[in-house]
Amino acid sequence: MMAKKVLHSLTLNGEEVQVASAAGATLLETLREDLRILSSKRGCNQGVCGACTVLVDGKPVRSCLTLTARCVGHSVQTMEGMDGDQIMATLQRHMVESGGVQCGFCTGGVLISARELLEDNPSPTREAVKTALSGNICRCTGYRTIVDAVCGAAEELSQ
Amino acid sequence: MSLDQPEPIFLGGTVGKSVAKPDNLEKVQGRAEYIADLYRPGMLHGAILASPHAHARIRGYDLSEAMQAPGVVAIITGDDVGEGRMGAFIKDEHAIAKGKVLYVGEPVAAVAARTEEEARHACRLIKVDYEELPAVLSPEDGLAEDAPILHEQLADYIKVFDAGAEGNLCSRTELSEGDVDAAWAECDVIVEDEYTTQPQAHVSMEPCGALAEVDPNGRVTLWSANQSVFRVQANVCESLGLPMSKLRSMTPRVGAGFGNKMEPHIQPITVALAMKAKRPVKLILTREEDFEMVRARHPFRVRMKTGAKSDGTLVARECEVLVDCGAFADDSPGVMGYSLLMCGGPYRIPHMKASGKLVYTNKLRFGAFRGFGNPQVLFAGEQQIDQIGEKLGLDPFAIRRKNMLREGDQWFVGPRIGSNGLGRCLDAVERASKGSRADGSPRNFGLSVTAHISGLLGTGAIVKMLEDGTISLNTGATDIGQGSDTVLAQICAEELKLPFDTVAVASPDTDGSPYNWGTTASRVTYTTGRAVKAAAKKVVDQAMNHAAEMLECDVDDLELREGGRIGQRGSNSDVTFAQISGRAHWAVGGPLVGSETLVFDEPTHDPKRAIALGLPFPRIGVFSFAALGVDVDVDDTSGQVTVHEAWSAADVGRAINPRLVEVQLHGGFVQGLGYALYEEMVWDGARLANPSLMDYKVPTARDVPDAIHTYIIEDPDPTGPFGAKGAGEIGLNAAPGAIANAVAKATGARHVHLPLTGERVLAGMLDPGGPQD
Repeated sequence: MMAKKVLHSLTLNGEEVQVASAAGATLLETLREDLRILSSKRGCNQGVCGACTVLVDGKPVRSCLTLTARCVGHSVQTMEGMDGDQIMATLQRHMVESGGVQCGFCTGGVLISARELLEDNPSPTREAVKTALSGNICRCTGYRTIVDAVCGAAEELSQ
Repeated sequence: MSLDQPEPIFLGGTVGKSVAKPDNLEKVQGRAEYIADLYRPGMLHGAILASPHAHARIRGYDLSEAMQAPGVVAIITGDDVGEGRMGAFIKDEHAIAKGKVLYVGEPVAAVAARTEEEARHACRLIKVDYEELPAVLSPEDGLAEDAPILHEQLADYIKVFDAGAEGNLCSRTELSEGDVDAAWAECDVIVEDEYTTQPQAHVSMEPCGALAEVDPNGRVTLWSANQSVFRVQANVCESLGLPMSKLRSMTPRVGAGFGNKMEPHIQPITVALAMKAKRPVKLILTREEDFEMVRARHPFRVRMKTGAKSDGTLVARECEVLVDCGAFADDSPGVMGYSLLMCGGPYRIPHMKASGKLVYTNKLRFGAFRGFGNPQVLFAGEQQIDQIGEKLGLDPFAIRRKNMLREGDQWFVGPRIGSNGLGRCLDAVERASKGSRADGSPRNFGLSVTAHISGLLGTGAIVKMLEDGTISLNTGATDIGQGSDTVLAQICAEELKLPFDTVAVASPDTDGSPYNWGTTASRVTYTTGRAVKAAAKKVVDQAMNHAAEMLECDVDDLELREGGRIGQRGSNSDVTFAQISGRAHWAVGGPLVGSETLVFDEPTHDPKRAIALGLPFPRIGVFSFAALGVDVDVDDTSGQVTVHEAWSAADVGRAINPRLVEVQLHGGFVQGLGYALYEEMVWDGARLANPSLMDYKVPTARDVPDAIHTYIIEDPDPTGPFGAKGAGEIGLNAAPGAIANAVAKATGARHVHLPLTGERVLAGMLDPGGPQD
C-alpha cells in the first residue's frame, strides 16, 4: 500500500532541492518528514488552524493542504529562510516585545500571514490585521498582543 | 495599566518588570522544538487503533495481518501491559484498554512502524473481537439502579482519595456550614434554578505526543508534551509496573496545555511500544485523536438556590452538582470538590450547603481544564447574585460590594484568606466601564466576580551558583508557554539582587529536577516561586559565610549588594559572587547550592466552622480575586452575541511580570468567551460528532473584542514570593457569568444552559420567560 516515492525538484529557502516524497505527500509532510524543516507545524492537518503556513512563490499557503507535486518548480519559503527579511525581522521583534508569543506553536504561521499583510498593505487598520490573521488560531494570547505587535511593526516600517 | 498601586516593597531588580520571555526568540524564528520536532537515531513512528465502541468486552485480538504489513516492527494491546493502573485520585486506568473498552476513541492497540503512514495503515488491519455491552451515556443513567457498571473492580482499586466510590459513583462531596434549611425562613428574596454546562475541548495548538527510548539496561527515557514530568513518570510507572527509577521523563517546549497535558495521554502507550520494539518510538496524535482520546472540561448539572434579606444581605446558598466523570477518574474528584468549595463565590454567606456526585460514564475522561470546576458554578451563582440585585433595586456593583468577603474573613468551610483585593478590582472595572459607549449608545453590561486558589501539593527548587557567580535554577516546573521559567528566574534574580539574564533555567528532568506536582492550579508562580525564593536565600546565606571568611569579619556585619556583591556595612570593601563562588569550589563549606521543598501548609477545612466530607485538598493555597465586566451586542435577527468591550481586573498579589499577567487575562478571557458563546463538544449517541477544528469552533482574531482592558491589582500576599499569587485561571472563570448577565441585560432573558448560542439567545428574546433547551 505504501505510496511510491517520487523525486520532486523545488526551490526551498532560495536553494534548489531534490526530495523523494510519496506521490501524494503534502508539502507539510515533505518539509517535516523528508527535509526536517520543522518550523511549520501540524496543528490540525485540515487547513483550519494555520500553524503550517508557508510561502509558495511569496504567497501564504497551508502546507497541510498543498501537494508537494504542485510545488515542483516553485519557490517555497519557511521561517528557516526568513533571515535578512526586513519585514519579518521587524515583526519578530515586535512579537517578542509585545507579549504576542506564548506557547509559540502558532507563532510561525501568524508571522507569515502578518508579513503577507504588511507587504500588501503597509498601514493596515486593526480590523485589517484581525482579518488577515483570522486564519491563524492562537489559543493562548486572546490575539490582543499579536494584533498590537503587527500594528507596531507596521508603524515602524512605514516610518 | 494599574490603578491604585500601593507603594512597592523592595523591587530593585527585575520583579515587577515586563521582561520578555527568553524563549520568545527561538519561537519567532521557528526554531523552538516541540515533541513532534524531536528525532532519535533508528526512531519508529507510532499510531493508535481507537475503540469504535463505548462499552465492550475485548474477547481477543487478531494481529496476524497487521504484523505482516509493510514497515511494522511492534504491536501492543492490553495483553502486553500488566495489571497496573494509574490515576491521581483513583488508580482506575490501564496504559491501554485491557479486558474492556470504556469509550469510543479509547486506545485499544498501537503499532510502531517505520513511518507514521505505515503505522496508521497497520492499525486498520488489526482485528479486535468485541462483545458489546450496554453503555452509560449520562450521569443520570449511570446512577440508575440497573445501570451497566463500568468498573467492576472499583472496590479493589487503589484510592489516593476515597470518597464513597461505589457502582458508577466515582466520588461524592458534601460541605456545609451554618443551617441552610432554617435560613430560608430568614430570606426575603430567593432565586433558584437548574443550570447545565457543556463539555469544552482544550484545543492546545500542539496536539499531544511522546517519544520514548529504552537503553540496553532497560531504563526508559521519555520526552512528551506535558504539564508535569513527574506526573508523567508516576503515571507511566504505575500503569506499566516500572520502578520510577527506571524512567527518566523530560520535556521539550510545550505547545500549551490548559489542563489537557497535566495527567497522562499517550505516554504509557509510547513507552510500551518502545519497550516492545526495542527502538525509539515517537507517537503524535492527530487533531481528531486529541479531541477524542484525551480529556475535556466536565459538563455539569448545577442546581443552585440563593437567598437574601430585603437590604441585599446574602443569607444562604445551596448548590448541588451532578458531574459527568467520563470513563476514568483522572482529576475529576478534585474538580468536583473544588467546584463545591468555590460555589459560594467570594461572598459572606453564613449558611451554605454544597453537595455533588461524580459519575462514571462511557465517554472520554473529563479532567483538569483552566478553571477546574469554577466557571461552571460561577455561571449559576453570578447570575443569581444579579437576579437578587434586580429584585431589590441594587446594581451589580452594589450587591457585590455589600456582600464580598473582606480582609480576615474565612472562605467557605474554613480556609484563611491572605490578601484580598476584590474591592479594588470592582472599583477598577466600575470606573472604567461606567457611562455609555463612545458613540453615546447604552451599554449592555454584565459583571461577574471570582476568586481562585493557587497552591497545592509538592514543589521544590534548586539554586546553584556557578563558579563565575552566575546562576542555574532548576525547579522541574514545565513552562507550557505562559512564561513560568521567566517569572521564576525573575524571583530568583531578585532574591540574589542579580540581573535577570544571569539566571539560566534548567529544563524539567526527573533525573535532575526537584519534585514538582505540575503546571496546574495557578500554582507555579506562587508555590514554586516560594521554593525558588527560599532556595536562593540559602545560597545568599552560604555566600555570606564564605564572604565573612574572605573579608575577615562577622556575617552579621555583611550586606548583599546589587549586582552580585557582598560587602561590609559602612565600608566600600566587598567581594563579588564570582570571587566567592570560585573560592567555594576549593574551600571548606563547598560550592553554593540552595534547595527547598514544600507543600502549602494551611488547612482547607476548619472543623469548628463546617462539615466537609469528600473534600479532596486538605491543604490548598491562597486566594486571588478578579472582577470582569463585559459589554455585549446581540443581533436581533440571529441572536448572535458578540462582546463589544471587556474590563478584566485581577488581584494577583504582586505581578512579577505584568505583561505576562495581562496576557493570562487576555487569553483566559477569550477561552472563556468561546466557552460562553459557542464551544461545545457534541455527542451523537456514544460518538463525539465534532472532533475537528472544522466542526468545533474556537475564537479567531475576528471573534474577540479589540478592547479587552486589563487592570492589575496588587494586594501582596504575606506568604507569596514578593507577595505574588496565581494568575493562570482567574481570567477565564468569570467569562460565562459576566456574559450571561450582559445577555440578560440586553435581551431581558435569563439563560440556564451554556453555551449561549444564537439559537438559544434568539429563543429567549422571543419568549423571555419561556422554557429553555
